[in-house]
Amino acid sequence: MARDMSDKDILKMELEQLQKEVKNTREPVSKTAKEICEWVEAQSAEDPLIKGVPEDKNPFKEKGGCIIT
Amino acid sequence: RDACAEPHQLSKGETIHTLKTESETLKAKLEEERAKLHDVELHQVAEKIEALGQFVMKTRRTLKGHGNKVLCMDWCRDKRRIVSSSQDGKVIVWDAYTTNKEHAVTMPCTWVMACAYAPSGCAVACGGLDNKCSVYPLSLDKNENLAAKKKSVAMHTNYLSSCSFTNSDMQILTSSGDGTCALWDVESGQLLQSFHGHSADVLSLNLAPSETGNTFVSGGCDKKANVWDMRSGQNVQSFETHESDINCVKYYPSGDAFATGSDDATCRLYDLRADREVAIYSKESIIFGASSVDFSLSGRLLFAGYNDYTINVWDVLKGTRVAILFGHENRVSTVRVSPDGTAFCSGSWDSTLRIWA
Repeated sequence: MARDMSDKDILKMELEQLQKEVKNTREPVSKTAKEICEWVEAQSAEDPLIKGVPEDKNPFKEKGGCIIT
Repeated sequence: RDACAEPHQLSKGETIHTLKTESETLKAKLEEERAKLHDVELHQVAEKIEALGQFVMKTRRTLKGHGNKVLCMDWCRDKRRIVSSSQDGKVIVWDAYTTNKEHAVTMPCTWVMACAYAPSGCAVACGGLDNKCSVYPLSLDKNENLAAKKKSVAMHTNYLSSCSFTNSDMQILTSSGDGTCALWDVESGQLLQSFHGHSADVLSLNLAPSETGNTFVSGGCDKKANVWDMRSGQNVQSFETHESDINCVKYYPSGDAFATGSDDATCRLYDLRADREVAIYSKESIIFGASSVDFSLSGRLLFAGYNDYTINVWDVLKGTRVAILFGHENRVSTVRVSPDGTAFCSGSWDSTLRIWA
């Protein structure tokens, strides 16, 4: 547990982690950002909070006046 | 021979000072590698995208019944039920359509900071200052005493900050003030995997969307967001750009990125394939911490709850704020979009939950 580790042990843990991460493969933002944008655009048409939902189709929009308890 | 390729051995003569120097050098090298690929900003790529229209969202339901601060909530996959937990130890299951309470249980501890609905909808998990995560099967008989069937699953050595079922009711992932995350078998209570790497309290975790494989992200008081491989327990990527505690982490719907909310009053987006932060959602006028974040279904919108009682809605791609929602009368502690994306729910220290659509 981090709370029980000495400062030295924590630093050693962080150092080992950094050594691994420096070797990770990574792609240019120009490519990944473009793909994120494309993914979002493809999904946006079906995103109810963007395209809106007609009042009569959304159970949260109606006042619930028809429910008999 | 590249010094970085050698596994690090703790040898004599190694001091905190030499370790720190080596760390600083490596951090600088990591930033250098990341910067080489930082050839454009996300909002620049998003310039050609049509701006969002006028954004109107209102409170459609207010769920009243908690006697104290609401700390956490989760949606059931049926898109209508909600579980919430509060400072006074109460865990309530609601029907959000009707606002009726379906179940209520009182935990033996206060500050129930974590709660989660099981994928089947037949159980809920919760925990907090008791340092545990317990599972309560939900009975169809509303009069049955839920506490009688309680099953203790996780045991940490400090508070439970967050919990989540994996893709089934059989396993739970937890994060804790003890600085670790852990994966547990619900039936036996056995610890399946533990995740070490944070150097302070872990405050939040989120599982990657099932299509993208077995990873999850965690964030905490060490200002780090870590991405983990669930099978090996390895920390595969980590990000340290926030200036204060990370209160909440949430995967982007495609699984290629995640967002964070922090006490430094910003929310940020980290791109996992570019291995860097690619957006900061902030304004000079926003000076209070962001406690909780969630994406709309397409990932275009980011809903963030703040300690200044507001909810800000951000255009994820363009980096601009599209709306600010008022209504809560105290800190917003939790926000979650419903499973079908038609609404979102917010919980607050004002002891209420609100459904917005």
